[in-house]
Amino acid sequence: MLAGMDDSFQATIDADGRIEPRDAMPDGYRKTLIRQIAQHAHSEIIGMQPEGNWISRAPSLRRKAILMAKVQDEAGHGLYLYAAAETLGVDRADLLDLLHSGKQKYSSIFNYPTLTWADIGAIGWLVDGAAIVNQVPLCRCSYGPYARAMVRVCKEESFHQRQGFEILYTLCNGTQAQKAMAQDALDRWWWPSLMMFGPPDSASTHSEQSMAWGIKRHSNDELRQRFVDMTVPQADVLGIKVPDEGLRYDEETGHYSFTEPDYAELYEVVKGNGPCNKQRLAHRVKAHEDGAWVREAAAAYAEKQTLKEGAA
Amino acid sequence: MNDLFTYTLRLGDDALISAQRTAEWIAAAPQLEEDVALGNIGLDQLGQARSLLQYAGQVEGDGRTEDDLAYFRDERDFLNLQLCELPNGDFAHSMAKLLYFATYQHLLYEELRNSPDEMLAGVAGKAVKEVAYHVDHATQWVLRLGDGTEESHRRMQAGLEAFWPYTAEMFESDELVRRLAVAVDPSTLQDEWERLVMAVIDESTCSRPESSYQHRGGREGRHTEHLGYLLAELQHVARSHPGATW
Amino acid sequence: MIEPLWEVFIRSRRGLSHTHVGSLHAPDATMALRNARDVYTRRQEGVSIWVVRASDITASSPDEKDEFFDPAADKVYRHPTFYQVPEGVEHL
Repeated sequence: MLAGMDDSFQATIDADGRIEPRDAMPDGYRKTLIRQIAQHAHSEIIGMQPEGNWISRAPSLRRKAILMAKVQDEAGHGLYLYAAAETLGVDRADLLDLLHSGKQKYSSIFNYPTLTWADIGAIGWLVDGAAIVNQVPLCRCSYGPYARAMVRVCKEESFHQRQGFEILYTLCNGTQAQKAMAQDALDRWWWPSLMMFGPPDSASTHSEQSMAWGIKRHSNDELRQRFVDMTVPQADVLGIKVPDEGLRYDEETGHYSFTEPDYAELYEVVKGNGPCNKQRLAHRVKAHEDGAWVREAAAAYAEKQTLKEGAA
Repeated sequence: MNDLFTYTLRLGDDALISAQRTAEWIAAAPQLEEDVALGNIGLDQLGQARSLLQYAGQVEGDGRTEDDLAYFRDERDFLNLQLCELPNGDFAHSMAKLLYFATYQHLLYEELRNSPDEMLAGVAGKAVKEVAYHVDHATQWVLRLGDGTEESHRRMQAGLEAFWPYTAEMFESDELVRRLAVAVDPSTLQDEWERLVMAVIDESTCSRPESSYQHRGGREGRHTEHLGYLLAELQHVARSHPGATW
Repeated sequence: MIEPLWEVFIRSRRGLSHTHVGSLHAPDATMALRNARDVYTRRQEGVSIWVVRASDITASSPDEKDEFFDPAADKVYRHPTFYQVPEGVEHL
């Protein structure tokens, strides 16, 4: 690292400015960003699977259309994020290889199965809700291309959470069976959603440096608390019960106190032992491998055209 | 029997069943850009289906909604072309299917835009722009796969031939389309369709499929075995909770 | 590299100029344009799209900290530590 570079880099960060691709930056900053952005992108594309699972069975044509648009948005978000990562000097094909070989990860929430139609509502409401809590601060991340990609993502995501809530609201005001379906989905998705914010602050290793670099703006526990405070009143509106016996509103603090999730489960899922880890990755790898001959054909065609133009 | 209802159902079922098959590519396409593109195409097809099925229900006059028609009819009551319900196969197969079907739809909607029936004309007016894009998308891929590598050429040829025996059905004329003034008689579209499709096939370096036996029956509700499975998946949740709102 | 990188510029409305919205991969210009339409405009009408091969862009940005590089015009994503990620590198 060159002398003086460190000063102007940190000065920009401290002034809440933006670092752009051509700026000098510490190795660690670049590597941390590549990993974070890539894993965010991987999460978007793996996330297409649990929801894509229900497109063919959506119980009304309007719901089918909304779900298709949502899953398609996720593909688009993956594309924006891979593009942002590429500004740091990596290639999307290499990042995909790292995903496929298990060397880079994606959000552990997508290793859970979608078992009923209500799960689609729960994912929109809880998972997208948690993602929004995580993502809005990233719109002010110090790295320009990532911040800009996040602004675009957040704009498009505004309808994702609403549609999930609307699905559940309809179920909760429907038949007994529908209401039971909604409660069951909340029972299964509540704890994994809390785990989306990562381990507790006391156990989180990289946070301090990421905060100093303007990549991380708030702590895991802060964001988790924010999510709980937003979400519990919404559950009340739906008329379903959060599966936490210890959940209480604290008049003094104005926050909900809640039971911490069992982080042992999070560690198992991150290690590869969640219900759907192998399936999610296998599906993704198969799509990629099945598509190889298509990509090769497109490249071959492009080359033939170039040769033809050259000869003309 | 209500002619306009039946005719609208044919077009609506074509679009609905096609949308169901197109959507199967989401999260399974050869590259992310294609997940997005096929998502668009599927949404267009589904949008056409919804408009047409809604209208069909109104025309029938029994209070049936788009969802009643999509989720609570049995196989023998669906009037889509057999081509639409066939499994996607590999990517080349799907592009062959899209080339055949979207080219037909484009010619159909271009004529239907001038229908004295305002609703059909309106749906067609919007759809014709969407379907022009579908034709373009299929064309770009048929060219690239036909004139790409040896493997892609082989697969593209196989796709074009696999669906060829289901193409004549698109242009079947019958008493109904002849007596229904607002309808487009699809037999009038066949020559132009063939000219357009063959031009793409020729340019792709694939061979024109040889004439073969042509399957039919979809317009009378006689389908392939594939439709049953497709509908079982499509309808299962809705049918498990009859009368429920989603 | 099988699929080149393209930069995408969009004019979202008449009266505005094209702005850079991001990048994508495509085998050729025709597909790049179509992909850009799908990914960055979601079927909006009346929009203008430019796609440019990233390798065709020549860049210079006096405000950005490039006094440590050759000040002459350079590639758009030029970075001092630009390199291919070697196989088996953990956590990048």
